[in-house]
Amino acid sequence: MAVCIAVIAKENYPLYIRSVPTQNELKFHYTVHTSLDVVEEKISAVGKSLGDQRELYLGLLYPTEDYKVYGYVTNSKVKFVIVVDSSNTSLRDNEIRSMFRKLHNSFTDVMCNPFHTPGNPIQSKAFDEVVSGMLAQST
Amino acid sequence: MDSAEEKPAAVIYAMENKPIVTCAGDQALFTSLYTSLAQQLPREPMEWRRTYGRAPKMIHLEANFVQFKEELLPKDGTKALLTFPFLHIYWTDCCDSEAYRSSVKEDVSRWQSSLRSHGSADWLIIVVDGGDARKKNKSNILPRSSIVDKIRGDFCNKQNDRCVVLSDPLKDSSRSQESWNSLLLKLRTLLLMSFTKNLGRFEDDMRTLREKRTQPGWSFCEYFMVQEELAFVFEMLQQFEDALVQYDELDALFTQYVLNFGAGDAAKWLGSFCSPVLNWSGLLLRRPIDMEKRNAIQRGSASLLDMRSYLFSRQCTLLIFLQRPWEVTHRALELLHNCVQELRLLEVPVLEGALDCWVFLSCLEVLHRIESCCDRAQLAANSSHTVGLWAYATDKLKSLGQLCGLVSRTGPTSEDLNRTVDLLAGLGDERPETASSLQSPYKKLKEALSSVEAFERHYLELCQAAMEMYRAIGRLRSARLLGKSLAEYYMSKGEPEQAEALLAEALRSYVCEGWSFPVTHTRKQMGECQKLLGRSVDSLQTSALLAGDTNLTTEERTRFCGDVLNYAGEPVEQGGAASAKASLDMGAFARLTRIRFRPDGATVHSGAALQVELTLRCLMPAAVRADELAVGIHLDAEHASKGGAQGRGLPGTVDFEAAVSPAGRPASLSAGPPPEMDEAHDRSPSDDSLSSAGVVCKNAHLVIRRHDSGSPQDAPRTPRGHAAPIGAAPATPVALKEGARMLTGRRIALEPGDNSVVLTAPSDEPGTYTLRQLSVTLGNVNFVLPHIYPSVQYHVYSQEPQLTVQPLAEPLLAGLPQTVKFTLLTGHYAVRKGDALQLSNSDGMPVLANAGCTARISNSGAAVSESALSVQSSDKVTSISLPPAPPYHALEFHLEVLCLIPSGPERTADERLTNGEVRHRPRSYSHPDTAMSAIDQKMSIDCPWSIYSTLLTLTFHIPFKTEHSLLSAGNRKFIRVCVHNVSDSDFTLAHVKLAEKNGPRQDGRRRASLEMRSLNATAEQLLCSKRSVHCLWEATCKEDLPSSLECVFSASFCPRRPRHAAAFQLFHYNFLLDKVPTLYSVRANMLPLAGERHCRSGSLCGLEVVIARLAEPAEGQPDVDGGGTDADGLGGSKVLYEVADSSSNWAVCGRSSGLVSMPSSGSWAHKVHIEVMPLFAGHLPFPKIKVLKYLPHNVNTIQPDADSQVENDSLSLLDKTLDDATADTASVRSRGSVQSLGEQQHRGVALPRLDPFSPGQVFNHSHARQVLVLPANDDHIVEVHAT
Repeated sequence: MAVCIAVIAKENYPLYIRSVPTQNELKFHYTVHTSLDVVEEKISAVGKSLGDQRELYLGLLYPTEDYKVYGYVTNSKVKFVIVVDSSNTSLRDNEIRSMFRKLHNSFTDVMCNPFHTPGNPIQSKAFDEVVSGMLAQST
Repeated sequence: MDSAEEKPAAVIYAMENKPIVTCAGDQALFTSLYTSLAQQLPREPMEWRRTYGRAPKMIHLEANFVQFKEELLPKDGTKALLTFPFLHIYWTDCCDSEAYRSSVKEDVSRWQSSLRSHGSADWLIIVVDGGDARKKNKSNILPRSSIVDKIRGDFCNKQNDRCVVLSDPLKDSSRSQESWNSLLLKLRTLLLMSFTKNLGRFEDDMRTLREKRTQPGWSFCEYFMVQEELAFVFEMLQQFEDALVQYDELDALFTQYVLNFGAGDAAKWLGSFCSPVLNWSGLLLRRPIDMEKRNAIQRGSASLLDMRSYLFSRQCTLLIFLQRPWEVTHRALELLHNCVQELRLLEVPVLEGALDCWVFLSCLEVLHRIESCCDRAQLAANSSHTVGLWAYATDKLKSLGQLCGLVSRTGPTSEDLNRTVDLLAGLGDERPETASSLQSPYKKLKEALSSVEAFERHYLELCQAAMEMYRAIGRLRSARLLGKSLAEYYMSKGEPEQAEALLAEALRSYVCEGWSFPVTHTRKQMGECQKLLGRSVDSLQTSALLAGDTNLTTEERTRFCGDVLNYAGEPVEQGGAASAKASLDMGAFARLTRIRFRPDGATVHSGAALQVELTLRCLMPAAVRADELAVGIHLDAEHASKGGAQGRGLPGTVDFEAAVSPAGRPASLSAGPPPEMDEAHDRSPSDDSLSSAGVVCKNAHLVIRRHDSGSPQDAPRTPRGHAAPIGAAPATPVALKEGARMLTGRRIALEPGDNSVVLTAPSDEPGTYTLRQLSVTLGNVNFVLPHIYPSVQYHVYSQEPQLTVQPLAEPLLAGLPQTVKFTLLTGHYAVRKGDALQLSNSDGMPVLANAGCTARISNSGAAVSESALSVQSSDKVTSISLPPAPPYHALEFHLEVLCLIPSGPERTADERLTNGEVRHRPRSYSHPDTAMSAIDQKMSIDCPWSIYSTLLTLTFHIPFKTEHSLLSAGNRKFIRVCVHNVSDSDFTLAHVKLAEKNGPRQDGRRRASLEMRSLNATAEQLLCSKRSVHCLWEATCKEDLPSSLECVFSASFCPRRPRHAAAFQLFHYNFLLDKVPTLYSVRANMLPLAGERHCRSGSLCGLEVVIARLAEPAEGQPDVDGGGTDADGLGGSKVLYEVADSSSNWAVCGRSSGLVSMPSSGSWAHKVHIEVMPLFAGHLPFPKIKVLKYLPHNVNTIQPDADSQVENDSLSLLDKTLDDATADTASVRSRGSVQSLGEQQHRGVALPRLDPFSPGQVFNHSHARQVLVLPANDDHIVEVHAT
């Protein structure tokens, strides 16, 4: 499904980033980093209009020729970014949403771990597996 | 009308089309009404109710009225909607039944039959009722209604509403207006009905056609044409939304087919779209309908790009009609991405770069189209919508440039040129619409591909525009990414100067936000750039950072590390700039993770060994040999005293947080340094008392400092090209201050990972040392940590020697040898051989020198050595020779001292001590806690390290309290001494002695005959704690006893318990006894009534008192008054006696007191008889007889006779009053007498005085005697006293 999944801290540094084809890892880093522009734009736009009643899912952040970048932001301003291959047209919005939801749940579990220091990069096996599940389905 | 003549379909521009309405019948009539009809029809909107649950719409209807012709009617099978006549109208103004019958009826029926034959049921007959017509043929005038009725009857079979009357259409009357309105309403209603019906039918057909799409032979292009027809009609009706929906449906359907093709389900018709792309001329949005492409679609010869382009151009046109230009840009971007994907999916062979051309041209075309319909301000405000296209175009142009060799330094090769020619060929000719424009996308692309310079111009222009837009809308990350791409372009062009700033900006943002991969990548580019620029130090710094970058492979890291080491290893040439010493930031090379002090407290005395252990996490991939490792220290001598030996505990180990924090979190984002809290005490300067205490944050300036709020928006926007070079970005490393104090270590091998380096810290000068900078030198390269934070300090203190003397056991007892402990803290002073302490002796406290005295030298509790101590005592000075001791050691020894118990009030003349100090008299005072009196003994000690003497005070307690008393028995005198042990220990008392003091006497004589006869036990006596011992002596003298006696009590004592060690100590007690001899004796006798043997209660008895003089007051006795009376020679002294009974046993009747004067010398006795009455029966003690010395008031001024008279008078008077008061008790009387005496005192100017005798002077023989009193005879009352 996804080709890259990233979790970005409130302060915009990466907590977790993993992608499928490892040779393109750098490109995904750049892509995800750039997508933060749109995330911030969307967050501030939403903040203005709706206040706290906001949708966590930000939708398509921006498409590129090869990839589509979707965003999601938790209430604590932790951002999830999922990059999907553009050729993968079978993915519907709903599926992306459910992926984010799954990611969010797993992220919440990680945060609940008393041994995890919030703000540190995520090094959780369970989270890894969830992400792997999302990445693997595309192959 | 004109358009109606032309054949439709050829040039269709839907907007210019209107639904066709045919007009038959009276053409002249129609022409006359046409203008107002065409004007008035669209004036009012009409609600259009739709089928399939679509929302009703208000539409303004227009119509194209054309003359009715047979060929206008649609033939069977044609689906054309645009040319479809929706309504047929027959016009007539016939009012003549004749004419009707002759021509009109026939004409109408012919018209109707032709309509019917084409299945058209939408018709209307309009009968115009014009005034003029009526006037012409007055004869045949029929009522208008009859014609209408006829027509209705003939043609409108049950459809009466199909025939409408228009009255006086050319008149401006209300009637005319009314008929117009009803006509228009009818017209609109019928038109809409026709639309609904015909469109519904069309849609149904279309749907049927669509359902057939799975059948073989179905062609998308055919279907496309059908649905587009519908779209056209909607457009014609100005229902752009609906029109757009048609196109979107087509778009989706097509997309679905492409996707299905990708999934292996290939539709046959799709084959035509898979033909190789031969033309990439881009979108064409300037025409409302691109007939060229439409025709190609119709022919089935369109390529995928043609299809997409045509679809998009239509969508674009409609969206712009809908005033949604920004949706165009979004859809455009989506379309372009999608087309690229679809071509890939369909595996359409495309010339390399052709798509880039197409995308580039399309982007620009869309942007132009948007620009043409929006003003500048709108564009600027919505750049977030267009920037994507700009960036996309930039990207594509760049890749085209790369493809065509326009980016390289050398320029395009022939191969590149061939490719360029091929690409340009695919562009075709410029469209006529843009041929006149100078800035058409076509021209731009052609120009850009034509030369390197033109390419650069266009590329930079686009790039700048896109970056500016990104910046303007706050997408700084995107702008930087684009900038980085521009930098890459510059780099490949060989222009690193331009690239540097762009790379620097991007790098800074990545570093700032902690994206390690981009950081590594950008830094690598940066390194190359710096190398090209010849910035050796910056590039070195970058290399060092890269060498420690874990994102790189070990080989790469080793290579970068090698770069650094090579530079470091280069011999320093003669001032050659190339290999000058480079100062780099430590962060690239190693991280300081911990500083640890040994010993742990980080506080040492001056000169002591102090080691600092640095833990350095070396980031290099291989072991590195550092030539020198130095830590710059700053000495703050002022804090030296404050720190002191027991100064605030400094942390012995400092961990540096930055190193501990996880790698993922960028340093700039961690929430600043943690606050360093400390206690603060504010002591008043005068007495060092605490006036306030609080908590201070020592690094408040760092904690409170405003942080860059992390997000790049707030990062300083340096104008491009003016940004600081990145090499210097993390603050130019500060070189170590020359000449500053340093800890250094040489030739230290640093392995990758944690290294421990132990350095020796200087501790010669006292003060607070702060570790400031750290530098590691590798040949020519110097890695500097400019500021060690949090600050690391250590104290070196210097201490003055200190001498303290403390009692070994509390309390010190006076009179016994006591051990005191001398403690000498040497501090910075080294005790040399021959150094001695000089104690000035005082008389009250001699030092007992004993031979076996040892001194113990220890260092912080641990004994170092013991050595003998020699103590030499002379009269004035005790000298203690100290054994040699190193500085900062403690020297302890014990010494025995004895404090003499002061025996009397003897005062010696002030004398100076040997060392010049004024002798301090031991001060004796009573201790508040214990009953013991205390003596403070001051010692003055001269120390070799100071010119001043040390003054010390020891407090001794006297264990005994001694009291004396004089006892008499007649003339015999006894002296009693009571020794009270107030201490906590038991003593043995021996050799109790009392003697007359041998001091000089007043009369200069000695009374040799005086003898103190001891009545005590001779043996030793035990004197337990808190107990007393009483001793008694009788003083006898051959002559008269002296009136005053000075005595010395002496006793030996020794502690009871370590009996063996203690010798007896002597204890003296001096006291003075005054008025020793007995002067008078009083003897009393109770005489019962005559004839009675015993006294009886209630009856009078006589008390006989005899006062006798035993001895005369001694000469020189300090009884001045008595002496005065003697000197007058007026009958000697007078004595007042008084009988009083305080216990109410007796009632004194008659006089109770009296004055007795006696001769001045010789023995004498006086008998007084006093009547008393016992009040109770039993053995009653005698009433008290008091004898007082009577002293006349003033001998010189008042006559003694008169005085005595007055005295007598007063006494008699007193007695009288006593007699008068019959029932008064003795106590009352006595009180009365006192009163009267007092009154008299008030009355008289000068009064006599009564003085008591001292206890030994009057001896009462009958003291405590008792007499038996019998109860009264009539004893009705029995009194029982229980006491």
